[in-house]
Amino acid sequence: MERLEILKTYKIYIGGQFPRTESGRFYPLKNKKGDVIANICLSSRKDFRNAVVAARGAFGGWSSRAAFNRSQILYRIAEMLEGRKEQFFSELVTQGLTAKTAQEEVTLSVDRLVYYAGWCDKYQAILSSVNPVASSHFNFSMPEPTGIVAIIAPEESSLLGLVTAIAPIIAGGNTCVVLASESKPLCAVTFAEVLNSSDLPGGVVNILTGNSAELHSHFSSHMDVNAVTYFRKDKKEITTIRENAALNVKRIFVYDNLELVSDKAQSPYLIFDAQEIKTTWHPIENIGSAKAGY
Amino acid sequence: MSKKLETKAGLDFVTDWAYAPSPEDTKHIKLEKQYDLFIDGKFVKPNSKKYFDTVNPATEQKIAEVAEADEKDVDKAVKAARKAFGKWSKTSAKERGKYIYRIARLMQERAREFSIIETMDGGKPIRESRDIDVPLAANHFFYNAGWADKLEYAFPNRNPQPLGVAGQIIPWNFPLLMAAWKIAPALATGNTVVIKPAETTPLTALKLAEVIRDSGLPDGVVNIITGAGKTGAAIVNHPDVNKIAFTGSTDVGKLIQKAIAGTDKKLTLELGGKAANIIFEDAPLDQAVEGIINGIFFNQGHVCCAGSRLFVQEGVADIVIRKLKDRMESLIVGDPLDKNTDIGAINSKEQLGKIQEYIKIGKNEGAEFHQSSCAIPGKGYFCRPTLFLNASQSHRIVQEEIFGPVLTVQTFRTIEEVIEKANNIPYGLSAGIWTDKGSKIFNLSGKMRAGVVWANTYNKFDPTSPFGGYKESGFGREGGLHGLLPYVKL
Repeated sequence: MERLEILKTYKIYIGGQFPRTESGRFYPLKNKKGDVIANICLSSRKDFRNAVVAARGAFGGWSSRAAFNRSQILYRIAEMLEGRKEQFFSELVTQGLTAKTAQEEVTLSVDRLVYYAGWCDKYQAILSSVNPVASSHFNFSMPEPTGIVAIIAPEESSLLGLVTAIAPIIAGGNTCVVLASESKPLCAVTFAEVLNSSDLPGGVVNILTGNSAELHSHFSSHMDVNAVTYFRKDKKEITTIRENAALNVKRIFVYDNLELVSDKAQSPYLIFDAQEIKTTWHPIENIGSAKAGY
Repeated sequence: MSKKLETKAGLDFVTDWAYAPSPEDTKHIKLEKQYDLFIDGKFVKPNSKKYFDTVNPATEQKIAEVAEADEKDVDKAVKAARKAFGKWSKTSAKERGKYIYRIARLMQERAREFSIIETMDGGKPIRESRDIDVPLAANHFFYNAGWADKLEYAFPNRNPQPLGVAGQIIPWNFPLLMAAWKIAPALATGNTVVIKPAETTPLTALKLAEVIRDSGLPDGVVNIITGAGKTGAAIVNHPDVNKIAFTGSTDVGKLIQKAIAGTDKKLTLELGGKAANIIFEDAPLDQAVEGIINGIFFNQGHVCCAGSRLFVQEGVADIVIRKLKDRMESLIVGDPLDKNTDIGAINSKEQLGKIQEYIKIGKNEGAEFHQSSCAIPGKGYFCRPTLFLNASQSHRIVQEEIFGPVLTVQTFRTIEEVIEKANNIPYGLSAGIWTDKGSKIFNLSGKMRAGVVWANTYNKFDPTSPFGGYKESGFGREGGLHGLLPYVKL
């Protein structure tokens, strides 16, 4: 007798758990032939709000991790992804990629994670400064994570787009809520499993599947979200996001021109976008032999 | 002062500490009766044909009248800036820097005139305009001038390019200094500028226009136009502006962010603040009290980074508050042109009304009200230094920016408690920490969600030091290497 295959239930990822959407809604994902491959969660505003609570809860711990430790964890994510290459490859092919481009997307995703793993304890040196103020003070500026970043990931790329969007945000100590590609959601859910087995604390990355037209205004109007990054091209959504941002002065970054397969889609300047610069002043005592040359 | 003042510490400030008046002479400054718009290198009459008065807030006397730019005037200024951009952005970086150096020098040469006019137009003590506003403004030009031909060192692996025409809108609390913070980095990075000073304090920006004209800077590179909110809105909404830089209230900042949502304009916002100034039991208390005074009463409290929420650790609360009240008694409120004056005039009648409204709110909310007993002039807009003791986190006077000489005082027991309270506010511009323990400073300064942290000092500024906020205090930095970023494409 032929063995009956076990089908995977694709769920969302919030606070290190894999719940179904609280709304109970789903959308069917079909392959090229029109067969239903899976029922995907159609996430709701409430799912998003739950995810923001998880992200806020994780922010203190993640942002105060040693940079070296964040680096280790990003590298661990790359290792886990490398180990599950075959699964991602087959999902990408199921979603319509050729074998060659699917292969490329998986290996580039692993390499991109390694790239940002390396930056975790280095971008600070690039983005910081010691400022030679004219008064008797020691003054320096350094980057700190902006906070919670709501990400609307690229639509056209299932895995590489997701990694390109998430990696610089968490490398910089932020936590995030990500809306995955609606038409190619399989890798996002599987990537959540990778994250969940990589020592990444729950809540640092939260992944939702669903519809940007429905969710983008909630992503941008939530008062506990500090920044939104947007990787799609819909001008109307971009305008709404920017308008809603004014509610609590969110930082908005639109990357509608990234060539994902190019090395130009990765850079410390993408980490910088979700950083705040803090400047600290300390008096320098100026007595006794302060002017001596020794 | 007629009444003899005895404080709890027993110091008699009237007989022992009396100061003879020491007013700054205003004879040698040159002011016109009427000022036009500075567009394309010339002063031109406004299309609107309208002028408005600018008033000395310490005397309520009109100083001059100033043109009101309408949409057509704004368009003219933007066109001049656009026309100038082509050549200016291609001018060799070295030469660009030299123009900016020249502006800095001319400002230094006319520093005294700038200080006096700044004080007359805005009400700040001459000691502050003379020692802080004007020299710092010139220094910002000096600092940024040097960056012009070194930009490729600022951003590794990138070739920074200018954005185009920058529309800049600045507030009334540091009129000349804010103009310098805005114009200097924009020019160093090869942009051209249309800038609007606040309607209550336009004069030093117009004097700066004279300096810019005299410097030989090519026509149209900097255009300085005057007007109120409508003029600002016309700049924000002009389709040929590439960058908006705004310093002012969070409310207006949000309106601007929304207004340009459908465009590709880049944006920098430097908005309001409500900084925590935190005093620990092991702090050098006398220095801390000076820091509290400087934190809240500097520039009449018209400072976005003012240390307007005082947190004192319980064990030293009584002594700190007593010292603070004593020190407040010694503050001289009065003629801004007098070199002895500590606290000058409130910038406008409107602002005085807003501060008085908040004082009423604070009393109604049940916080304990205390004011210095000093005399204040009968004419002009003045406010005594004010404390609200036993304020609580939910009070409006604790949550909202007052922008005046009003300090709320809260006490705390543990570090965790004060971090939570300090950060539990939509703003995040600055913070102050007073303790003798270095490791505690670094712990606290790392946990403050604020862009500038002063440890055992307060309200210090420098052109090399980036300034700007977290959260609803805005985004982007001004000053330092980081201050170049808002004006370049990488």
